[in-house]
Amino acid sequence: MSATTPDAFETPVTSRSERVRKALVGTAPIFIVLFILLALIAIENPNFLEPPGFLAFLKRAAPLAILAAGQYFVIVSGEFDLSVGSIVTVVVVVAARLIDDDPSKTWPIIALLLAIGATVGVTNGLITTRLKVPSFITTLGMLLILSGAVFWWTGGAPRGALPDNFREIGRLGIQDFPVLEQLPWSVVILLVIGIGAILLMRASFGRRLMAVGDNESAARLSGVKVENMRTIAFVLSGLSAAVAGILLGGFAGVSAQVGQGLEFQAITAVVLGGVVLGGGRGTVLAAMAGALTLEALFTLLNLYGVSGALEDTVQGIIIIAAVAFASYRLRGAR
Amino acid sequence: MKRNLALAAMISCALFAGACGSDDSDDQSAQEPAATATEDGGGEPQGDTGPVSEFFVQEDYDTQLAQRDIEPEGDPATPWLQMIEPEMADTSEYKAKNASGWNLCFSNAAVDNPWRQVGWNTMQHEVKLHKEIANFKAVDAEASDDKQISDIEELANGNCDALIVSPNTTKTLTPAVEAACEKVPVIVFDRGVDTDCPVTFVHPIGGYAFGVDGAEFLKENVDSGGKILALRILPGVDVLETRWSGAKVQFDDSDLNVVGVEFTDGDAAKTKSIVSDYLQREGQIDGVWMDAGATAVAAMEAFEDNGVDIPPFVGEDQNDFLTKWQEDGLNAIAPTYSNYQWRTAVLAAVKILKGEEVPKEWVLPQPAITQDTLADYVDPNMPPLHYALCGCEDMPGYPQDWGGK
Repeated sequence: MSATTPDAFETPVTSRSERVRKALVGTAPIFIVLFILLALIAIENPNFLEPPGFLAFLKRAAPLAILAAGQYFVIVSGEFDLSVGSIVTVVVVVAARLIDDDPSKTWPIIALLLAIGATVGVTNGLITTRLKVPSFITTLGMLLILSGAVFWWTGGAPRGALPDNFREIGRLGIQDFPVLEQLPWSVVILLVIGIGAILLMRASFGRRLMAVGDNESAARLSGVKVENMRTIAFVLSGLSAAVAGILLGGFAGVSAQVGQGLEFQAITAVVLGGVVLGGGRGTVLAAMAGALTLEALFTLLNLYGVSGALEDTVQGIIIIAAVAFASYRLRGAR
Repeated sequence: MKRNLALAAMISCALFAGACGSDDSDDQSAQEPAATATEDGGGEPQGDTGPVSEFFVQEDYDTQLAQRDIEPEGDPATPWLQMIEPEMADTSEYKAKNASGWNLCFSNAAVDNPWRQVGWNTMQHEVKLHKEIANFKAVDAEASDDKQISDIEELANGNCDALIVSPNTTKTLTPAVEAACEKVPVIVFDRGVDTDCPVTFVHPIGGYAFGVDGAEFLKENVDSGGKILALRILPGVDVLETRWSGAKVQFDDSDLNVVGVEFTDGDAAKTKSIVSDYLQREGQIDGVWMDAGATAVAAMEAFEDNGVDIPPFVGEDQNDFLTKWQEDGLNAIAPTYSNYQWRTAVLAAVKILKGEEVPKEWVLPQPAITQDTLADYVDPNMPPLHYALCGCEDMPGYPQDWGGK
């Protein structure tokens, strides 16, 4: 891993073509799996090949893909973020209660929601890095604190309502878009966040973050502020959860169950994308492709008429198989 | 760290083949039911609605269907005091020693959905209307049987003059209720228990009637061979199982084609995705049956977002559904599970402590909201998750205390 050598943060030592080759090899498996699943869906449901059908799929997958991008930053730096699902719930419930169907409040409250996501991220980061609480425990605690707080605040059923201009972000899109009929806002946001994340990982920030996850002491010795890098990763994850919450609230409306289990779906997606738990490897593009793959698999299972209850089982198998596959490949590489 | 990696790699050797193998077999087993599902679902006019629920009891089904047509006794202006075919029971043995200063206790299964929240709110207001009740002690079991068992035990051993129980599940809570009956007069409402020891059991007609109301509506409003999608919250809960098994009897005896019976977990996003998938897979859906209305609007939005007209729809008396029904001029029905039973439970307790007779089984009316009665129930000033059958309109603090304007 040349990118982890201490002097490599500012300028990559490998040639451009070498990097492209590596990236392709690293992300190829997940794209092959994704392609196969999409093909199977298309066989089952030919509508899927037309732009509206495929965009509907992307729209549905966008929140998970955005969560996966956020989770990627945390995992690649060697930590976990289990709090994202509960952040999503908090975002939706708070939005409904504070906006309460008043369209003029939508944008100020969206700013507040992003601030909530970032604040939870900072808190996770500081507790993990300064108090030395393992992130698994920190964010598990945060999950419980937030879901408890939501339950306490709502009594179990959310109050208030989301106005149309808030719902529009997750539900509608740019009308009369050439060829596509409608370009969903969620897909636009997904693209923006995806490109932003890829650029961020290519910048010096990305290489430092990778180094932190790959070999903490080496990164520290070479002058990387490990604590700060990890805290930033948690902030990015918290922000991505807030965005996902805004999209999900828009997509389906108010619900106190909206975020349940999303943290595990996000982690599964990242792992499925070939990002090794423990940090230091994998690309954000593959992590997002992992999210699309997971969503494609759920769609396929639904099309095949397999009970939704099996989704968890499938997820469990995937997460074990993907990590086993990754470590098998790693061993082969060494 | 190194050792962990090596260990993981070792395990992976064994897992790698196995894991991939199980992925493959997963896909295969996934395909098999699909094949049968299309044969059953697509081939003939009658869809496959699955096996009969183990919760189905023909006798109860017949009773409930008959009760729908019986005129309830009492003033229709106060439906929470009405009763269907009451067999009055003497309660003089439970008459409180004092005319006031009562301690009323309540073991609540949960407040984890809007229906229970509205009811719980109404119940607290009802308590305030009775000066005789000095203390109202309510404990929330947070949907846990274990917690409710110990809650009931604790309350029964406290100084409660009467104990109201809204059981979380039927079978598991029965022994706890039986034990409480020996110490204090017990009033059970909503879900029942397998014992007749409570002084009264307050409930609307029931799940079969709820399910059949919706299914009959679809039979009348969807053309023969029409594709019906049935959405359920989750399996294994008796009050929900009866709703579906009642509807199932109706669908099996019709020429409607039930193309899918799906569980939504009560999750709006999941509901919307399921309906979207069915619209893409089946091309069209001609009617939707639901066992609860909390995600009805999300299901309707799936039709809108796919650019399809909303077909005949079964929801519930949740205000967002009623509002959308009225504003968009839809064809729909809202079976109800009379939310005002939360009032009735308190009223029954008061009667018992006064020594007045109450029905052994207090069956409340359970009207379905139809196009003709919609205007009486929908209220745009109430919040989206309000329940129209709260029976709370005449209470002090309405509508603000229920979130209305």
